[in-house]
Amino acid sequence: MIFFEQVIAILWKDIRYELRSKQMWAGMGLFALLVLVIFNFAFDLRVDNRAAVAPGALWVSFVFASMLGLGRTIAAEREKGSMDRLLLCPVDRKAIYLAKLLGNMLFIGVVEIVALPIFAALFNVPLLLGPLLPIVLLGTLGIAAVGTLFSAMAAATRARELLLPILVFPLIVPIVIAAVRATGTLMVPVSNEPPWLGLMVAFDVIFLSISMLTFQYIVEE
Amino acid sequence: MKTPLLAIAGLKKSFDLKSVLRGIDLVVESGERVALVGANGAGKTTLLRILACLTEPSSGSARIDGWDIVRDAQQVRRLVGFVAHQPYLYDELTALENLLFFGKMYAVKDARERTEDLLRRVGLEKRARERAGVLSRGQVQRLSLARALLHAPRLLLLDEPDTGLDEEGLRLIEDVLAEHSAQGGAVLFTTHQLDRAMKLGDSLLMLSRGRLVFQEKTAGLELERMRQEYQEVFR
Repeated sequence: MIFFEQVIAILWKDIRYELRSKQMWAGMGLFALLVLVIFNFAFDLRVDNRAAVAPGALWVSFVFASMLGLGRTIAAEREKGSMDRLLLCPVDRKAIYLAKLLGNMLFIGVVEIVALPIFAALFNVPLLLGPLLPIVLLGTLGIAAVGTLFSAMAAATRARELLLPILVFPLIVPIVIAAVRATGTLMVPVSNEPPWLGLMVAFDVIFLSISMLTFQYIVEE
Repeated sequence: MKTPLLAIAGLKKSFDLKSVLRGIDLVVESGERVALVGANGAGKTTLLRILACLTEPSSGSARIDGWDIVRDAQQVRRLVGFVAHQPYLYDELTALENLLFFGKMYAVKDARERTEDLLRRVGLEKRARERAGVLSRGQVQRLSLARALLHAPRLLLLDEPDTGLDEEGLRLIEDVLAEHSAQGGAVLFTTHQLDRAMKLGDSLLMLSRGRLVFQEKTAGLELERMRQEYQEVFR
């Protein structure tokens, strides 16, 4: 019970902190919108190729924006007194990871909520919010699970802004491909497609488990 | 036989090839106040960080109330309150929110009541709703002290607690140390001021190049002789 109370306390603290500093949400949201607008102008969008291009553009904007936020959550913890503030307390390190993961999901989720209608308008595609929701949720969970772990690792280094994408991008390739293909299948149904949602669930379970188990060794000296 | 509150044996710490602590042996009993003096880089902060379970020793052992600081780190963290160079507070949260948050982290019962009591104790009740980031250095130090006392720790580790404090703040530290030891807790604090160390501590330790080179009860020690000893050790 205390475990979940501590998860909620850390999450609530991070939300309150972010609402007051407003550094992350504004930056992430604006960045996602810029990527969508640039893709909209960069690609020659016609009715026949729109469904092929749009899912990729959407997920690239989510991934790029996520990197900004993922770098911030643990980096903010490392600033001024470092991660020691939390590590000093007898709180389960899994609780810290889970709270940071939920915080990252929430921050990315807010950006997605803002970006999705703009994406639908710019790329002139139907929003299909109901079927899209599990794809976005599973994709975001996968990106955040890997990103939270590696942002803790990168935050201890000087070149964290550079290191984080280098560490995270190769690992999230499977979930991004699955998310793009699952989103594309929603727009233009294709028969005999692999079970993309199943793949995303498997990715999330594997990386969530690994991250929960290894987080302690990454944040503690 | 009664277990000492803090028992350190052969504690060593190296960072890469640099030895910072070269074999520390120390016993601190309940109710004892121990002052640790030493030049910059002597290893004072490293010793305190190891006891606060923020850094693992390279070898040797330390037990707090019988719990090993490496194997039983979570138990030890419940027993230790640490005021470090950094305040370990969140700038964007108010003084009250900071203490309530750490109350949750330490699973403190009646955290609200305890928090308000401590804010009064450190003289910050009128600043409770101000963000930690706008408080003065001395006020942040007081808040940091309140954070360290929040979970009623048995062992209080204070790394240069006087920093940034005015006369009233210094008296507060003296009172807190006296209260803590009177309640059976022990205190290990570092300072650069020998007179403060001798006034506040029951025992005086001198740490030089990672070794305890002087260890005596302060009762009966003369300040002038200690000043000479201090200069001799850190020359």
